Order: sequence, then structure tokens, then C-alpha cells
Amino acid sequence: MRDPFPATARGQRPQRLTTARIGLYAFLLIAALFFLLPAYVMIVTSFKSMGEIRSAQIFSLPQMLDWSYWLEAWSSACAGVNCNGVSVGFWNSVKITVPATILSVLLGAVTGYALSFWKPPGSKLLFAAITIGGFIPLQIFLFPMVRATAALGLYNSLAGIVLVHVVFGLPLTTLLFRNYYAAIPVELFKAARVDGAGFWRIFYALMLPLSLPMLVVAGLMQMTGIWNDFLLGLVFAGRDNLPMTVQLNNIVTTTTGQREYNVHMAATVLTALVPLVAYFVSGRWFVRGITAGSVKG
Amino acid sequence: MVDQSGARTTASPPGRSKVTGRLRLPVAAMAALTPAWLIILLVYLGTTVWTVQISLTKSRMLPSSEFAGLSQYQRLFGTARWSNSIENVLTFGVVYVLGAMVVGLLLAIAIDRRVRFESAWRTMFLYPYALSFIVTGLMWQWLMNPEIGIQATARAAGLGWFTFDWTTRSDMAIYAVALAGIWQSAGLVMVLMLAGLRGIDADLWRATRIEGIPMWRTYLTIVLPQLGPSVATAFMLLTMGAVRTFDLVVALTNGGPGQSTEVPAKFIMDSLFARQDLGLATAGATVMLFTVMAVTIPILYARDIWTRRQNGRL
Repeated sequence: MRDPFPATARGQRPQRLTTARIGLYAFLLIAALFFLLPAYVMIVTSFKSMGEIRSAQIFSLPQMLDWSYWLEAWSSACAGVNCNGVSVGFWNSVKITVPATILSVLLGAVTGYALSFWKPPGSKLLFAAITIGGFIPLQIFLFPMVRATAALGLYNSLAGIVLVHVVFGLPLTTLLFRNYYAAIPVELFKAARVDGAGFWRIFYALMLPLSLPMLVVAGLMQMTGIWNDFLLGLVFAGRDNLPMTVQLNNIVTTTTGQREYNVHMAATVLTALVPLVAYFVSGRWFVRGITAGSVKG
Repeated sequence: MVDQSGARTTASPPGRSKVTGRLRLPVAAMAALTPAWLIILLVYLGTTVWTVQISLTKSRMLPSSEFAGLSQYQRLFGTARWSNSIENVLTFGVVYVLGAMVVGLLLAIAIDRRVRFESAWRTMFLYPYALSFIVTGLMWQWLMNPEIGIQATARAAGLGWFTFDWTTRSDMAIYAVALAGIWQSAGLVMVLMLAGLRGIDADLWRATRIEGIPMWRTYLTIVLPQLGPSVATAFMLLTMGAVRTFDLVVALTNGGPGQSTEVPAKFIMDSLFARQDLGLATAGATVMLFTVMAVTIPILYARDIWTRRQNGRL
């Protein structure tokens, strides 16, 4: 996979410390403030007492590092009458994200492989249909999918929401793998054919090991995408499997009486944590996923 | 596993897969593509046809098979809430797409000018893109809350004139949604543009410097046109995001104040589940589908031509 950002920048070479240069860094600093402040405010507020929050100093540091609001957000914050915090949603999201990510990445890998190297009749049509399918707004599928999953007994079930994620993940994962395999020399494939290896053998023994970088990238994209999903979880997961995003929104919007901003912000940070950790740990892989996924066709 | 695709054995030279005479099909490959075919035919095509079909019937709370022509669409466009949500999504879309494009492009250009700590800047600008729209919406809801947010802090610090209460004002709430959206997506544009900028020939900079062309003109008239495909990609991704906007609105304003931030995606969801009006929901979804296709197909086509011309194949 091509690194989207070769080591050196190509912009004009800097000439000492000119006014333009200072302006450039000033711009970057202001931009950094704009992007970082919301996260900063959220984190400091999650440690503040309600009295501190009402004192209208959102940028000030908390008087003490009080983790109790985090604990409450995790295990006892209420959404209506359910007071189990976001922990339930966290585990639901894990139960949804892990199988859905693995299945959709594997499906994308197999589909991309078959489309790139074997090209059975109809491949072009199928790939075109998958590409266009990726653009169709989800709203168009909702009612028929609800009816169909209900008929299959999968509506409001873990299996149902996993299946829905795999189905709607197909365009992205297929595209990522097809483009990735397009860059692999076809001679490699032909040599394996000459050696007598069949479809699955070539896939397991040759293509999967070769596509390790893309397995990571596609897995990362699908994982963050599925973790951050709200719409599908809301419609298909059912009350017992609501993902973390849905539960967070329920906790924040259905509060009766005084709004506990500290608890709510802690809950929000907790919900953001998994994709954020994935983002910071994966570094450039995340960027690769964006560039590889956006260059369609 | 036994080689099910044995039809193409080593006897036939691998390069020549076009079958002449006896039909030799790669059975295993076709079997492997079955799930994809099923998903495309049953889910993508099947449910789209189903939804469009319902929108042409008399369905209200319950599905009906009685054909009703375009009456649901008439009803849809006669609904104030729908026309309102279209106006809102247009305002939002223009501000959000242009805003994210401009901010993202400026960030990419700044980062590309050989700044120190390049990857640190990039990490800071891109992290919001890893967050969900729910988290983004809730964060900005608090920042713009007049009682505890930025406004309260500024006023407490003596800036009595300072106002930042967009989410509570029906004339400004849609811009609040756009601001939060820009914050979330500008990093995406930056990444796409940066990848495009890195593809520009280094000699170009030397040439423009020798010619004495001012920097802003170089960017505007030489660099930007070369970024064509990156711009098209970013534009397309953002526009599709704008049309689909749902979670962000739910978390930030939930459509309010009044109906000032109602958007079509939310209208469809509410029609489907809260108001249980199947006819309106499916008609709305169909309108959304055609809008998205009208935007994406020409761009996909144009970008295809552009790439082929670049490769000298056209």
C-alpha cells in the first residue's frame, strides 16, 4: 500500500523566520485550539462538581481529581428508569463490533479477491453494483430490512444487528480489498495456478498473508465505523443490545430533574474512548484507511 | 478443500482464461461471490425497489398495495415539516461542505509548507473524525449551552456583550449544527488534500519561484486545479454526509428549537417510527435516494474521465 504522505513535504522550502512563517504557525496554533478545546472542556468538566460547573469557568482546571462521576457514568447513570450507566452499552457495542468487523472484513477480502483475480462472469456488473450500493442512503433500506429481519426472527437481536452491519459494510470492505489486490502482480497469482492451487488454497496461503496491511486498515475502518454507528443500532439492535452511542444519547437526553453535566461528560468521554485509542495507537494506518477508502474505483 | 475450480487446471495456460468452446467456469470463485450477489440483489436492489414501490401506494400506518400514483409525493411536498427540513439541509449542506473544504484545504496547505512537528499537527486536526456524531453533537451542545458553556464563561470574565447561544435560537441553530460538523470533518478534507498536494511535482515550486509568481496565485491557479480529484472526492464525501445527516442533529438540537434544525433523514426516521406514516417515510427516502444519485453519479463519471485523461488513455 502506498504511503499517502511520503516523508518529505513538497511545499516551498522555508526561508528563515519571516513574518509569513510566523503567520503560518499562528494559524496552526489557532486551528489546534479550535480542534482541541472541545475535548479539553469535556475532560475537565467530567471531574468538576456541579457547583464548579455553574461557576461558569469552563476552561479552568477541576479543584480536585474526583473520579466519582466517571464511576457513576460507567455503572449507575440513568436512562429513564434504567440505571446501569454506559457499561451495558459498552459491552453491547463490543458484542456487536467484534463479530461484525471480523465477518465484514473477511467477506470483503474474499469478494475483492474473487473479483480481482478470478473474474467469473458478471464480475464487472457486481463490482459496479457494489460501488453504487455504497452511496445509497440507509433510510431507503430501513422499512424493508425491518420487515425482512423480523420475518427471519433476527429483528431486535444481536445476530440481526451484526448481519445488518456486515451487509452495509460490504461496499467499503470490498472496495478496499479489490483496490489492494489490483496492485498485486497478477503473475504471482498465475504462478500459484500453475502449481495447481485452487481458489481457497491461493486465498489462504498466498493472498491473506499478503493482505495483512489491508486487513489491519479495513478492520480499523470497520471497527470505528461500527462502534460509532447510531442509526442501525437504534433500529435493529433491540432494547437488550443497544450500542453505547444509543445508550449515551438516552442517558443525556432523558434525564429528569437536574442535569448532571459532569456525569454526562464522563459518559461521553467513555463512549469516545475506544475509537480514540484506536486512532492514536494506529497512527498512519487510520490515514491510510481514509485515503484508500475514498479513492473509489 | 478440494479444488472445486478444477475446470481450469494446469493444462490450460493461466493467462488465457477466456473460455472458448467448452464452458469452464471458476465454480469456487462463483460460490465465494454468492454472498455478495445475494446482498446486492436482495438487500440493495430488493429493498430499494420495495421502498420505491411502497411510496407509490396508499400506505399510511399499514402497508397497502393499492396503487396511488404520486399522491404520497404530493402529500410529502405539501407537508411543511418536509419542505422546512429540505431548506435546513440546504443551508446546513452549503455551510458545512464549504466550511469543511476551506478549513481542510487551508490546514493541508499550512502543513505542507514544511512545518515542524508535522505529524503532531495532523493528529490534532484529524482526531475529531474518529469520534461519532453523537459524541460530537453532545460536546458542542454543552459548549453552546448559554448557562454553562463558552458564553457564560466569557460573560463571567467581564465580556458582557459576548453571545454564543446558537443552539437556543431558531435563526442560528442550523449554523450550530454546521459548525460542529465542520469541526468533525475538516480533518478528513485535510488528509485528502494533503495526499493530493504530495502528488504535485516538486519542480513546480522551483519554477513558480523563478518566475516570481506570488504564492497565493500559485495555489489558486496552479495547485488547486491539480488537486481536482482530491477536491471532487472530498466534495462528494461531504455532500453525501450532509444529505444523510441524522445523528449530529439528534445529539445537538434534536431538530429544535421548534423545527429549525429538522432534516430529511430525521423526518424519514420520525415518519417511519414515531408517526408511523409509511407512505411519507418511503416517499421521503426515495427523494433522498435520487438526490444522492444525482450528485454522485456525475462526479464519479467526471473523476473517471479525469483520471483516464491523466493516464493518457483518453
